[in-house]
Amino acid sequence: MHQKTQLQAETIRLISGTNTRKCMKCGKCTASCPAFAEMDISPHKFVSMVEHGEIDKLMASKSIWKCMSCFACVERCPRGVEPASIIEAVRQTVIRKQNNNYLRPENIPELLDPKIPQQALVSAFRKYSK
Amino acid sequence: MQRIGVFVCWCGTNIAATVDIDTVVEAMKYEPGVVHASDYQYMCSEAGQSKIKQAIKEHNLTGIVVCACSPRMHETTFRKAAKAAGLNQYMVEIANIREHCAWIHKDRKEATEKAVVLARTAVAKLNLNTPLTPGESSVVKRALVIGGGIAGIQSALDIAEAGYEVDIVEKQPTIGGKMAQLDKTFPTLDCAACILTPKMVDAASHENINLYTYSEVDSVGGFVGNFNVKIRKKARSVKADICSGCGICTEKCPSRKAENEFNLGLNKRGAIYIPFAQAIPNVPVIDRDQCIKFKTGKCGLCAKVCPADAIDFSQQDEIVEKQYGAVVLATGFNPIKLDNFDEFGYSQSKDVITSLELERIMNAAGPTGGKLLRPSDNGHPHTMVFVQCVGSRDTTGCGKTYCSKICCMYTAKHAMLIREKYPDVDVHVFYIDVRTPGKNFDEFYRRAAEDYGVNYIKGMVGKVAPTNGKLLVQGSDLIADRQLVIEADMVVLATAIEPDQTAKSLATMLTASIDTNNFFTEAHPKLRPVESPTAGVFLSGVCQGPKDIPETVAQASAAAVKVIGLLSKDKLMCNPCVANSNELLCNGCSNCQHVCPYGAIDYVEKEFRAGGKTSLRRVAQVNEAICQGCGACTVVCPSGAMDLKGFTNQQIMAEVDAICR
Repeated sequence: MHQKTQLQAETIRLISGTNTRKCMKCGKCTASCPAFAEMDISPHKFVSMVEHGEIDKLMASKSIWKCMSCFACVERCPRGVEPASIIEAVRQTVIRKQNNNYLRPENIPELLDPKIPQQALVSAFRKYSK
Repeated sequence: MQRIGVFVCWCGTNIAATVDIDTVVEAMKYEPGVVHASDYQYMCSEAGQSKIKQAIKEHNLTGIVVCACSPRMHETTFRKAAKAAGLNQYMVEIANIREHCAWIHKDRKEATEKAVVLARTAVAKLNLNTPLTPGESSVVKRALVIGGGIAGIQSALDIAEAGYEVDIVEKQPTIGGKMAQLDKTFPTLDCAACILTPKMVDAASHENINLYTYSEVDSVGGFVGNFNVKIRKKARSVKADICSGCGICTEKCPSRKAENEFNLGLNKRGAIYIPFAQAIPNVPVIDRDQCIKFKTGKCGLCAKVCPADAIDFSQQDEIVEKQYGAVVLATGFNPIKLDNFDEFGYSQSKDVITSLELERIMNAAGPTGGKLLRPSDNGHPHTMVFVQCVGSRDTTGCGKTYCSKICCMYTAKHAMLIREKYPDVDVHVFYIDVRTPGKNFDEFYRRAAEDYGVNYIKGMVGKVAPTNGKLLVQGSDLIADRQLVIEADMVVLATAIEPDQTAKSLATMLTASIDTNNFFTEAHPKLRPVESPTAGVFLSGVCQGPKDIPETVAQASAAAVKVIGLLSKDKLMCNPCVANSNELLCNGCSNCQHVCPYGAIDYVEKEFRAGGKTSLRRVAQVNEAICQGCGACTVVCPSGAMDLKGFTNQQIMAEVDAICR
């Protein structure tokens, strides 16, 4: 593996606190994911992509923004791998770069919907911006 | 002063690659008591052994130290060699410089230094060794088999055939175990009852086999060759000797609320019941928690209708005390509880069942008469989903870390049988890996997929949602990289298996060890797979680890062979490395008696004369036949009166001194 990609993968493992080698490739994460239909990369691939250092691809993927952080995959993974934590780490890596916020205050007015609780917006900010 | 010979083994390159043999040999030459030191490539070989024998004679050695592999491996070999050369076999010490040194170190210099320390430690101990003579104990020519499933039955039959008496203790009212509940058996698809019930009859009618059903082991004392066991025969409330097994009582019993355990709760049974038609013995038992007579005092209908007058409401538990030379553990397994796996909807829908429940549904003698019916409405299912690895291979603590081994095959069997009988039913199997090692096993699984059109999906089920009378199964198809939702009528969970819970208490009673999953541990995972580390205790069937019927039967017979080998001896050699108490130092505190796991220590009142006076004191005495030489008593003895032959306090201190030198 290239040194840069190795470092990237190591960083993701460090931030997420996961051990990607524990994955036994059963696919229960993908089976559990309620946001699967919106994703371009399936949850079970997150783990092997980190294992193979394909972090750039993950950072550019739609999936990291579609993950609802419901933690169904974490709850049901029989090996304790925590795919959602991996995605959270990738998302944070993207957001931490300058001007990379996924959600900006100016986007809010168009998103406002009386059905969405205020708290959801607050947590969306926490999740999607620096 | 001892005359010690030190022999350093290379073990090919196993030791020699990491430890500098010459340095060790050279260092040993200057150790106190050592008169000879040499090395050889394979000390355990015939040539190596004769070098030792020759040296013993040539240098008139009084003891030898062999620096080689673990004593578990070759201590017996070198003891025999020493004995052949005229030495007492307990004048042999092993310095483990392979497992404890060469194999675990990389640095040659450090490993060599450690090997020298280990060798001189053994020399220091040997300097204080005294010749020991093993005693003898007798062997009771009778075996106890705990568990009356196929494992226990097979072990008992083989032991009985060799001419020894065998008692089977089974906690259920009938023998037969889990196999009696199965429908067909893989890979040949013969019916389980057809091949099991003749064996049950054989066991019951064998003149050397005695069945204790509806009974449990209460306590175990003694040791190999002389186990003393108390068996609790639970009150059946039916006189077994006069009951004719006509079954009228079971038909007339007005209580119908109890869950039928044999059918895994899929239907009800009476308070007085026979588990299944071919049960052995064919004698009913009253479930006192369900019986109206026991609950309210009224009823007693069974007693009125019994033509043999066999009902006895006043029956009490009976304790039988018996001696055995050997014990076979065959306590079997159960499917795990699914409380931690809510996602599969087992508690929410009757149509989500375990594989063992499906066995009962498919069984002609089962609750549906062998018809595949949906439990919720007795309708015919059109789509069935099987989920593999439910609770197996789970490291999160919700399930079991191990592979339950039998599920891949029985799921293929279920899928195939359903497709054979009901070709209109779509069968989907979600799998993580299909594991089918075994004779004709992979061919069997492929037949399910290729000839019977069972849809195998590489992936896992994430969720089963009962919706509008159907089960929405959301799973992954990893080959197609998609998420599936299947509308199913029934979902079958290949539930992990775990050892029966009695394993734990029996392990304590017998001082047999169990692993973190409560499976009994074998004496050696490869070379002694049917013996427990406790002498005289043998393992048969799933209580040792997950296995299918062919393997269980093979292991059961293997355990029987070991039992027969033991029972065929008239005398057993006892380990002479046992505790002994110095009565002059003993202060009678009883600490040793409390910690002794074998009950080998008794206290006696003894007269002592000192300074012209006679006094009466309580002192410890060790029963050498029972003592296993664990040394627990020597540690707790506050006055230093208790010591272990072959491992005296003095010897241990000499070893510590040698390490610290």
